[in-house]
Amino acid sequence: MKLECKHVWDHISEYIDKSVDGKLREEIERHLEHCEICSAILDSTRNILVLTADERTFELPVGYSKRLHERLTKELESSEKDS
Amino acid sequence: MKMKETNEGALIARILGGEKELFHELIRPYERMLYLTLFSMVKNEADAEDGAQEAVINAYRHLGSFRGEAKFSTWLTMIAINEGRKRLRKAKNAGEQSIDEEAEEHEGDFTPAPLTDWREIPLERLERKEIREALRNAVAELPGIYRQVFTLRDLEELNVEETAQALGISANVVKVRLHRARILLQKRLVPFLKTTAPARRGFFGRAL
Repeated sequence: MKLECKHVWDHISEYIDKSVDGKLREEIERHLEHCEICSAILDSTRNILVLTADERTFELPVGYSKRLHERLTKELESSEKDS
Repeated sequence: MKMKETNEGALIARILGGEKELFHELIRPYERMLYLTLFSMVKNEADAEDGAQEAVINAYRHLGSFRGEAKFSTWLTMIAINEGRKRLRKAKNAGEQSIDEEAEEHEGDFTPAPLTDWREIPLERLERKEIREALRNAVAELPGIYRQVFTLRDLEELNVEETAQALGISANVVKVRLHRARILLQKRLVPFLKTTAPARRGFFGRAL
């Protein structure tokens, strides 16, 4: 069976997550070997995930951690009084 | 991983036993995750930070009810999601913004965008600030149900089962939403990912 591009696109997310089963995976890989369009789509999608996981893309507000722990300290102190 | 869970279990037992200040250590590895979860829902820095603080306080107050059926990280994520939902409801009641979180599966075109002249993007291109900014904007514009799954899976790197558990949806729904989120982002980001240099014929980088 020859896989069409559309089928590859339908499975692209699961393929990246390595959760497509053996036979389909082989078929996708064979398709990717000769299909430049699907290879490019796969690469670009992967690049987006690499960028997403990069901590510089989604940064925390400056001083976030400090403020969080200060708030927690207050809570711990007030629960101390209650108990 | 096992080690981490064991340490966490011990830490939790000590906190419940009265060494309250250890709670600071318990949540330290999850600060980023808490903020990002809230931000993916409320889409506003100040509100996300406030929500993350509330989630931490709630987790502290309810630590005694953590039974270890879920991993501590998943339990904490659920608390953060509840906090986010509370804030969204409040905003909705105040008429501030429409709530898109509950919107059901969207009709739409979930076909990736083909790239012409594609070759592997040089790493330095991925280093450019504009791409990061474009990605942040594209994620912010995703429908809420997709943004949430994408955040938990690809940003916080929870697995499918943990994501399903945290959101109270099935693993299959997680997969569908994640697929759609990734495709929508791919479509949006393609203009930024194309190389401007003329493509070399026959070269298609496929980094694994």
